[in-house]
Amino acid sequence: MTSIVSLPIVIPLATAAGMLLVRRNILLQRVIGVVGSAALLAAAIKLLYVCYTEGIQVLQLGTWPAPFGISLVCDVFSGIMLVLAGIMSLTTSLYAVADIERRRTAFGFYSLLHILMMGICGAFLTGDLFNLYVWFEVMLIASFVLIALGGEKPQMEGAIKYVALNLIASMILVAAVGLVYGLTGSLNMADVAVHLRDVRQEGVVLGIAILFMAAFGIKAAVFPVFFWLPASYHTPPAAISAVFAGLLTKVGVYALIRTFTLIFTENPQLTHAALVVIAAATMLSGVLGAAVQMDFRRVLSFHIISQIGYMVLGLALFTPLAIAGAVFYILHHIIVKANLFFVSGVVHRLRGTYDLKKLGGLYATHVWLGVLFMIPAMSLAGIPPLSGFWAKLAIIRSGLEIEAYWVVGVALFVGLLTLYSMTKIWAEAFWKEPASPGPIGYASTSGLGWMVVPIVLLAAITVAIGLGAEPAFEVATKAGQELVNPQIYIDAVLGGRQ
Amino acid sequence: MLLAVCSIFALSIAAPFLHRIAKDYCAPLLALLPGSICFYFISLAPRIAEGKPVEEKWEWVPSLGANLTFYVEGLSLLFAILVTGIGTLIVIYAGGYFKGDAASGRFYSLLLLFMGAMLGIVISDNLFALFVFWELTSISSYLLIGYNHKDEESRSSALQALIVTGGGGLALLAGFVLLGMAAGSFEISAINQSGPEVVHHSLYPLVVIGVLVGAFTKSAQFPFHFWLPNAMAAPAPVSAYLHSATMVKAGVFLLARLHPSIADTPVFVWTVSIVGAMTMLLGAVMGAISTDMKRMLAYTTVSILGCLTLLLGVGVESALFAFGVLVLAHALYKGTLFLVAGTVEKLSGERNVKHLGGLFSRLPALGIAGSLAAMSMIGVPLFFGFVAKEAIYEAALKATNMSGLWIAAMVVSSALFVAVAILVGIKPFFGPEVRELTVKKAPALMLVGPLMLSVLGFAFFFLPDLLGKYLIHPSSAAVIGDANIIVLKSWHGLNAVLGLSVLTIAIGIVIYRFLPKLGSVSESSFAKDPFGAISVYERSLAGVLRFGQWQASTLQNGYLRKYILLTICVTTAFAGIVFILHTNWKSLHLTFDLRVHEAALIIVMVAAVAILVRASSRLTAIVALGVLGYAVALVFMLYGAPDLTMTQLCIETLSVVLFVFVLYRLPQFIRLSRRRTRLRDAIVASCVGALMACLVLVASSEPADSHLRQYYSTKAYEEAFGRNVVNVILVDFRALDTLGEITVLAVAAIGVFALLKLRPPADTEGAA
Repeated sequence: MTSIVSLPIVIPLATAAGMLLVRRNILLQRVIGVVGSAALLAAAIKLLYVCYTEGIQVLQLGTWPAPFGISLVCDVFSGIMLVLAGIMSLTTSLYAVADIERRRTAFGFYSLLHILMMGICGAFLTGDLFNLYVWFEVMLIASFVLIALGGEKPQMEGAIKYVALNLIASMILVAAVGLVYGLTGSLNMADVAVHLRDVRQEGVVLGIAILFMAAFGIKAAVFPVFFWLPASYHTPPAAISAVFAGLLTKVGVYALIRTFTLIFTENPQLTHAALVVIAAATMLSGVLGAAVQMDFRRVLSFHIISQIGYMVLGLALFTPLAIAGAVFYILHHIIVKANLFFVSGVVHRLRGTYDLKKLGGLYATHVWLGVLFMIPAMSLAGIPPLSGFWAKLAIIRSGLEIEAYWVVGVALFVGLLTLYSMTKIWAEAFWKEPASPGPIGYASTSGLGWMVVPIVLLAAITVAIGLGAEPAFEVATKAGQELVNPQIYIDAVLGGRQ
Repeated sequence: MLLAVCSIFALSIAAPFLHRIAKDYCAPLLALLPGSICFYFISLAPRIAEGKPVEEKWEWVPSLGANLTFYVEGLSLLFAILVTGIGTLIVIYAGGYFKGDAASGRFYSLLLLFMGAMLGIVISDNLFALFVFWELTSISSYLLIGYNHKDEESRSSALQALIVTGGGGLALLAGFVLLGMAAGSFEISAINQSGPEVVHHSLYPLVVIGVLVGAFTKSAQFPFHFWLPNAMAAPAPVSAYLHSATMVKAGVFLLARLHPSIADTPVFVWTVSIVGAMTMLLGAVMGAISTDMKRMLAYTTVSILGCLTLLLGVGVESALFAFGVLVLAHALYKGTLFLVAGTVEKLSGERNVKHLGGLFSRLPALGIAGSLAAMSMIGVPLFFGFVAKEAIYEAALKATNMSGLWIAAMVVSSALFVAVAILVGIKPFFGPEVRELTVKKAPALMLVGPLMLSVLGFAFFFLPDLLGKYLIHPSSAAVIGDANIIVLKSWHGLNAVLGLSVLTIAIGIVIYRFLPKLGSVSESSFAKDPFGAISVYERSLAGVLRFGQWQASTLQNGYLRKYILLTICVTTAFAGIVFILHTNWKSLHLTFDLRVHEAALIIVMVAAVAILVRASSRLTAIVALGVLGYAVALVFMLYGAPDLTMTQLCIETLSVVLFVFVLYRLPQFIRLSRRRTRLRDAIVASCVGALMACLVLVASSEPADSHLRQYYSTKAYEEAFGRNVVNVILVDFRALDTLGEITVLAVAAIGVFALLKLRPPADTEGAA
């Protein structure tokens, strides 16, 4: 049974490789892309089911026992993330049929997308610190090429900033991994967690912990190291920025949660207290940035940062409910945020611009799009009974339970400003009368159905995990329980032998 | 219960489609559902009057304490009947108001969404369920206020209402969570039975702040009152329904519903009484000096909401009794007046009372409804408003504190009401004709609501026993228990209260006479923004946005070099400080056993770095970099890793060669940075280097027992059949890493290829 653990890495790799063979056949690439994504999703769902019912699944690659080889580990948290990756892969592949033009497809859009998925799934599955670094490299190079693919001027500018700042994060990460290896003589996360407890020099462990926090913090775009995100995410085509906005930054959050629940848990008074401050600053800074933007996708980009703050806050509060809340938050956010970028792409298709000043009148002409925008937008703002409300409620409740009043206050205030900027998009793009009646730039409705189907799908998921939050929250709670009891993970990987 | 709420939501989704089929007959069809739900609630009255609440429980998200539990006692029943009953009439009215408007399907949809949510608020027992419905009313209110969305003023009024009520909603959420924690349950019925537990809990102050901010914003209490008059940008049915009869009462409803568990403290009593009294006076004064019909009605609604709040602050049994009577009376007469004003505006295009008069001959039915409602509002005997007025005076007389002050405030505001009632309900129909108005004929659908409501306001005066027994008394009993039964009477005989009523009407008529002489008061800055609440709101919003602009342009300034600098500085400073403070420097034993050839190597490396950073040509820099790389390779050699040395040498050679090729194509190297900048960068870089060096030093002071090394060196040959351990690690033990790195290279190749070959088509250059 454990061999299915490797499927989320193998399937995207095989899909990408297969597509490189049919580089000139656009139609075949699209078919393979969609089929490969569906297979990935199916494998991920199966894996999550197995994890949920039977406990953590471990695959020792090459049958070398841990900690000597590389372990692939899938707990419920990883399983949830994989399913989300599958959903994103499938919806993006569908959306891209209409959104990514032939020239970009011919130069390998689909294979890059699936290589990206391979890196993301690898990061979710690996139980090895250096291997995690390798997956981050795979993601970085794939995402860099995806941002730059097409060679438009703003794309190039965004791509340079993106790659420069992310390389710094990679450098910090690899230095920290090296230090961990020097200290413990091991790279296997479970083994490292065990051995770090014996280190007498607390200072160096905490120093390394901060380096990890910085590296993953940059990847996750927290305050004050988020610059690369608003500089780049609004430049590529909507399909690409959607998958980045939804999934990619969340890999950083995943890695933060993984390392700061499994490895660096000895001194939460310092590490997790620091995370509380970082979370609060991230929430505020992001939402304040969003409130003043006048470009559809830049508003959304700054909101990613703000919402990352909520997820980090869940980790920082470090109670079972808070961690479950963080997991649920990630789950909700990936769906909602990607969907908002998808909607922005449709708006661009219809009106030829992302500029809120020039947009307008869509409520009169496209009510259905208004509804499809409102569902994720209100969910993002935490309006009940949509998914974002439950995510926020869990975080706020756990904050109040441990009397962290000030940060709850910040979270609530940020919620209000989120609502403000979502209604700004609504009022500017949908309600107000446009300055000029026709489309501003290139606009076309051909193939619009391919773009609408994923939006409807994601909106349906948002409504479903809002109205029927209990099952999703139960799974998140189970993930949270495993995370706050790292011994379960350690035993599963090392086989109870320490 | 759940069925009732959900069926309204379902109808809300179906409404646009139904409207497309049924066109103008849509409204009466839609009204069937709330109408029948209203009758269902009325049928529950006898049972609830006997003290048997109706309960219903559905699990929703038990992990978070949120369940769909409903608990209908007297208070809920009164509000549920109002929500569905008035809702029915409003839907019918809207059928006339939007006649021929093809896009009005959306309106019905939103109106029904609101109705379902509002019904949910008044019957929910679970705090979170109540909150869910609460927020839904805020959102539907936003969308309804902005219904005329092409109008800038509608949009900003909608936003203002949403920010104020939404902000209050968030405070309420925190208050609810804390209340549940303090009481040990999230069910209101259980919380109310927990006795003084909440009041004595250490969280109580925070609970009160949260709940009061939530309730005050929703019910437009001072200083949050300003959004309500501005919300009059909404179409008339919305103003009548949301912003008079139902939604704005959600706040006072909530305070009443939670009254048993949170009200028994001086903090609560004084805050609520004073805010209520201030709001009541402010609303009445503002209403009287306004000239726009809808704003006058909105301000008097604010005033009534203040009065209801004051009654909850007074808190004695007769006050809660008066609360029920006033809610009912106000819903009837204010609903009528809003609909009348809306109809007049729709038919004549005029809503300034100064310009209206003599319409009775052309709109007789509307005139009857308007004047009946006005009489009720004035408090003329034979109308239900009179009963309400008597009840509130009675309550104020029985107040335990400051009774005189409350009475004075009530008399003043009621007297001002008299003037407003005459101006809005009577003068437009029976006053002298001011100017020629073209008035269209009133559609029948627009008359049903006003007539029905105003006639009920008349009829209820004669049914005190019935109403008292089945509606009013159960509603106050739900809040305060039924120790003493107050009987609802229409006529109390000649007593002090009646004297106050007469006095009120007398003063009111005097005020009406003098109002025109005030003339331009409604144009003054006070009238537009009393006590500066709006300007506080606008200034804080602008302040937040200015701060956001500042921080966005400071942080996200567009310069990559600044991003890199800040990223590195933050990381180094944070890690460095933590590391220095938590390292036990005393127990650290570092030995420096430096040999001559090692020292020589270090000197070479340092020299290479010095040349590298000071080089004035690229070629020199590359050569220095190469020297540094070779020196590192030698370090590997010294520590017994020949295979690594080989790899490093290859890479260094290759990269120097490649760099030289690239350099050939680059323009002349010019140093653009200033000396100070370079100095700063040097300091930052040195700090990074120092931190890494110290981390490595301290880490190496730990006893290193790499169990991996032993394993690899034995197993590499035995099981993996390779003599070169490094190779075996790369292709077997850690083969997945290698797979990943190969992928990286492959993608890099694709990327380079695409960057070189894929150029944007000329016409889209710069368009993105």
